[in-house]
Amino acid sequence: MGTREGMRVPARIFGSEKLVGEMDDQVFVQAANVATLPGIVGASLVMPDAHWGYGFPIGGVAAIDPDLGVISPGGIGFDINCGMRLVRSDLSWPEVEPRLTELVDALAARVPAGVGSRGFVRLAQDELAEVLVEGARWAVRRGFGSARDLEYTEAGGCIAGARPERVSEKALERGKRQIGTLGSGNHYLEIQVLRPEAIVDAALARAFGLGLPEQVVVMFHCGSRGFGHQVATDYLDSFLRAMPGKFGLQIIDRELACAPFHSEEGQAYFAAMTCAANMAFANRQVILHRIREVLSDVLGRSAEELGLEMVYDVAHNIAKLERHRVEGVERELLVHRKGATRAFPPGHPELPAAYRETGQPVILGGSMETGSYLLAGVESGAKSFYSTAHGSGRTMSRTRARKLVRGKQLREQMAQRGIVVRAASLRGLAEEAGVAYKSVDEVAEATELAGLSRRVARLVPVGNVKG
Amino acid sequence: MSAGGSFCFVEGATSDLAFTASGRSLAEVFHAAAEALLAATVERPEAIEPKVARSLHFSDSDLELLLLRFLNELIYLRDAEDLVLRPRRIDCRTDGDIELTAELAGEALDPARHGLACDVKAATAHGLALTRTGEAWQASVTLDV
Repeated sequence: MGTREGMRVPARIFGSEKLVGEMDDQVFVQAANVATLPGIVGASLVMPDAHWGYGFPIGGVAAIDPDLGVISPGGIGFDINCGMRLVRSDLSWPEVEPRLTELVDALAARVPAGVGSRGFVRLAQDELAEVLVEGARWAVRRGFGSARDLEYTEAGGCIAGARPERVSEKALERGKRQIGTLGSGNHYLEIQVLRPEAIVDAALARAFGLGLPEQVVVMFHCGSRGFGHQVATDYLDSFLRAMPGKFGLQIIDRELACAPFHSEEGQAYFAAMTCAANMAFANRQVILHRIREVLSDVLGRSAEELGLEMVYDVAHNIAKLERHRVEGVERELLVHRKGATRAFPPGHPELPAAYRETGQPVILGGSMETGSYLLAGVESGAKSFYSTAHGSGRTMSRTRARKLVRGKQLREQMAQRGIVVRAASLRGLAEEAGVAYKSVDEVAEATELAGLSRRVARLVPVGNVKG
Repeated sequence: MSAGGSFCFVEGATSDLAFTASGRSLAEVFHAAAEALLAATVERPEAIEPKVARSLHFSDSDLELLLLRFLNELIYLRDAEDLVLRPRRIDCRTDGDIELTAELAGEALDPARHGLACDVKAATAHGLALTRTGEAWQASVTLDV
């Protein structure tokens, strides 16, 4: 495919012939640009669902030697710790079907979505700093969930090293009323059904608490909201100004702005990014609490009786220090995953005890019209620093999707197919139409064929709350 | 002075929203870019009433980063203070560092009247450009949504 000047490592694209053929040319340009980052190890990696992003492609992974290399906000994204959470239940579809519309309406009312939405949690003075340091642990301490929830959240829902003093007043202002909100764009909350024929690996599904006949689950996708967006905006500006002079780094794409990891600026961003990651874990924990309340209220049984328990919560926009073997030597690497999901293999020490034998659950969010997947990490994923896809991946811009699809019409068509949708914005709904995405089946299969992760089950949407 | 610029949404990064803004002066381009951001955020920008006034001032040696700061400040005001603001008057001085003064007016976001469109996360530096060709200025901006 060619090279570009300054590539320190090759770019490596994972995907089927069809998926790679559908990728925008900009994916390859951006993967090559990422390969020029100082300290990058192995290869600039691209997941099967990749599409054109800014700086990194969405679906880009870069492992960087923290002693020699850089940290780049463009390898993480504006929505820091955007991620997925999957919640199982003991409910079956026939039990839920008669109450579906009521449930979706109640979820839409109590889990705010869209522009300007505000959460129900009122923080005391200085309490936001506690959220930023403690993440989901803060939420559980406040009564929004249980210790078990934390066990089934990546990093226990709290990443060490957060320093609120490295966060701007603007970020604090944006974040303080947004805990418990979904946001908009491709963020959603979905009621899904696991059909028996959609189970690919029954043993793994059972280990993840799935496999009851016509089992109902809840999946949602959101991140650190305006707080994380402001952290990224602030540090992108500061890195861009320091790169040419102070750091002597060439800017080949301003969205690939970076700073040496151990520089004052690099450490400040890492500490602020960690705050945003923790804020996102807290946000998803509070949303889980709301979901339990809603299902419990509507169905007249407690959350415990409904069996509403976490399967897993995992980030797909983040940079983390992890230990990986490179050419036989274990090293600490700063792994940037932007639109890519960590997928630790069986036996990994960071997994909860119940998942040590299975590998980490990976939640692959598809379009609201088609479906999503639950996957699991595999040992052969070492080649991608244990990373895999994060969703379907878009095939067209929002502007083009809006020209092809009308939101109101789409909502009616989905209703005819048995999917109840409540959207804060009909325009936003049109932009998220299934036609704008790749086939989630092809992406899930490609990750398996590439040895990045294995399929466990396919989940189909029946109710969707959209920002 | 600033009125008179125009904008249009264009095909850009697949997950984001891209637009171009153009005008006969820098002020017109900044004005048009602010209107484009608003059109990305709400369905009916024309329904925004001028109930609250805000004045912004920036100074920067980098013209393109100045545009980014301006748009990101508008995103901040919408996200932190619920304000949707339209530009009323924009002045740009280019002797030495670029000095931007923007007078804006608007009101609190009202989903029923304004119509929610998109929660813009940030104006990004991806493909960011602000160029002059003869008497015409044009900006290219990608919004992360």
